[in-house]
Amino acid sequence: MAALAEPVEPAAGLPEYRPARGFRQRWYRTPSFVAGLIIIGALVLMAVFAPIVATHSPTDQDLKNILKGPSSEHWLGTDQLGRDLWSRIVYAGRTDLKIGFLAVILPFCIGTVLGCLAGYYGRITDTIVLYFVNVVVAFPFLILITAILFTLGPGQSSIYIAITLVGWVSYCRLVRAEILVAKRQEYVLAAQAAGLRDSRIIVRHILPNVITQSIVFAMSDIVLVLAAIVTLGYIGIGVQPPTPDWGNMIADGQNFLTTRWQLSTIPGLAVVVTGIGLSLLGDGLADLLRPE
Amino acid sequence: MSSAGDVILDVRDLHVEIPLSRGTVRAVDGASFSVRRGEAVGLVGESGSGKSMTLRAIMGLLPRPGHITSGEIVFDGSELTTLRASQLRDLRGKRVAMIFQEPMTALNPVMRVGDQIAEGPLAHLGYSRSKAGARALELMRLVGIPDPDRRAQAYPHELSGGMRQRVMIAIALSCEPSMILCDEPTTALDVTIQDQILKLLLSLREEFGMSVVFVTHDLAVVAQTCQSVAVMYAGQVVETGSVHDVFYQPRHPYTLGLLRSVPDFDLVRDSLDFIPGAPPDLMSPPEGCRFAARCSFAQSDCLHGPKPLVPIGDGRETACIHPDRCAEAVREEPVIAGG
Repeated sequence: MAALAEPVEPAAGLPEYRPARGFRQRWYRTPSFVAGLIIIGALVLMAVFAPIVATHSPTDQDLKNILKGPSSEHWLGTDQLGRDLWSRIVYAGRTDLKIGFLAVILPFCIGTVLGCLAGYYGRITDTIVLYFVNVVVAFPFLILITAILFTLGPGQSSIYIAITLVGWVSYCRLVRAEILVAKRQEYVLAAQAAGLRDSRIIVRHILPNVITQSIVFAMSDIVLVLAAIVTLGYIGIGVQPPTPDWGNMIADGQNFLTTRWQLSTIPGLAVVVTGIGLSLLGDGLADLLRPE
Repeated sequence: MSSAGDVILDVRDLHVEIPLSRGTVRAVDGASFSVRRGEAVGLVGESGSGKSMTLRAIMGLLPRPGHITSGEIVFDGSELTTLRASQLRDLRGKRVAMIFQEPMTALNPVMRVGDQIAEGPLAHLGYSRSKAGARALELMRLVGIPDPDRRAQAYPHELSGGMRQRVMIAIALSCEPSMILCDEPTTALDVTIQDQILKLLLSLREEFGMSVVFVTHDLAVVAQTCQSVAVMYAGQVVETGSVHDVFYQPRHPYTLGLLRSVPDFDLVRDSLDFIPGAPPDLMSPPEGCRFAARCSFAQSDCLHGPKPLVPIGDGRETACIHPDRCAEAVREEPVIAGG
């Protein structure tokens, strides 16, 4: 026995064994996570430091220099009112990313809370929550948001309200389904047998076991929300001019597609790059958070 | 039966029903037994005999849609079946604790074990976080977990089965309950660990003067740990008494059958006996004695009328109306060597 207590020398010729790595050691080995992180990191930095990154004010007009091509003064050229395209892209990113992230957090919280209540208590609570879920699910996402926006009138706060009213159902259904499984686990019974309050059982015992799915979904949900915001801007009921937004920039630029294709194409590209970045980040996060 | 004063738990004529679409399962159908203060009682029976359901009914944690339809559960002077949910919750963990069969699934996989042990004192005793943490370490030392300050940081999957069951015991002990219900606490463990855990439970019971209810199908565990035993069959308690009396002189043919089907290295018997047939369907249990169809002593009067537990002296009870038949059989062939 004494010999066994000694540290074992690695035997020659045997493959080396290393225990599995934890999250901290693994994240940089997940290519999609790293790629997504770089893209989104760069975009977020651009949005945060927009006043430094932009070369001009996004709203200052210069009617003597309209629809100009790229130059050292205007890197991407100017639009039909002589505004600097690069600066507008940067500020529009700031607006869209801000709305995108905020418009995901609120539905995430509301959906998670309602999903917990419905899944854990079941019965009448579940019936009521599911009723509202079904009402929302019955309408297509974008049509319902458009309808709500028409009712509330356009503007940023209306966007938050509309997306929250519609978006919470996805989180609610996810969390509810996960809790239906988790609450049958014996550790939940053990927590009940220990006389813990329901709130403590849900928050401390069940939620940490089920929240991963929602976090991963939130990453892909931001893409959807961003696309919705841009679409709303495009059809004119989203972010209102003069505040730049990729959606209203695409809409404004489409009249000049033959003369200045950059005006619509570059905001469109920005949307695509952001979408790809967030998707990569979401996929990578799903890989990382999945139990091995 | 001793005086009511030192009885901590008295279950009387407990009925639990589980309504299903195919019909109503009478999972517990008239179970009666009592536990004295500081005593360990074994609740034995085969799978589906209602032992675990009885425990869950005591805790007020029956799986839906199961519910208690009639009967009394008196714990420490209070009737549990009529308590409100919040009153029951205050009782659980603080005065009655439960230990589960499978320590892997009964511990939260994403919570450090130290936090799980500290939860009871935080929730029930109003301890501060640092005091509850100190209490957790003290409990881990008490249940024989080496290196508690390091192990408290571990997650359940990082511990061995025996260590996890020790954590479960520490959780159960955390508020110093007066009774611990153990649902097959050692079934998932290998034999050497099983022995360690049972010895630990025994010593803790003596140290704290707790009452313990052991649900198990392992008669050896009961013989090793309990003073009294209640034998369950098809949702009913069919025999109660001290472990010594019941094991050496069973007075119900089902108990006799159980004891005869345990392998014995002292070679009193040539072959291992078994109980022929299968337990009755609990959706439509037979009238009369439920064991009659499998019983070699059964007579026509066994098939009719309810068969309640009847005292037969020495604090013993049996549901069999012909207990002398068992006595005769044991006289001819003792159940346990030297018995």
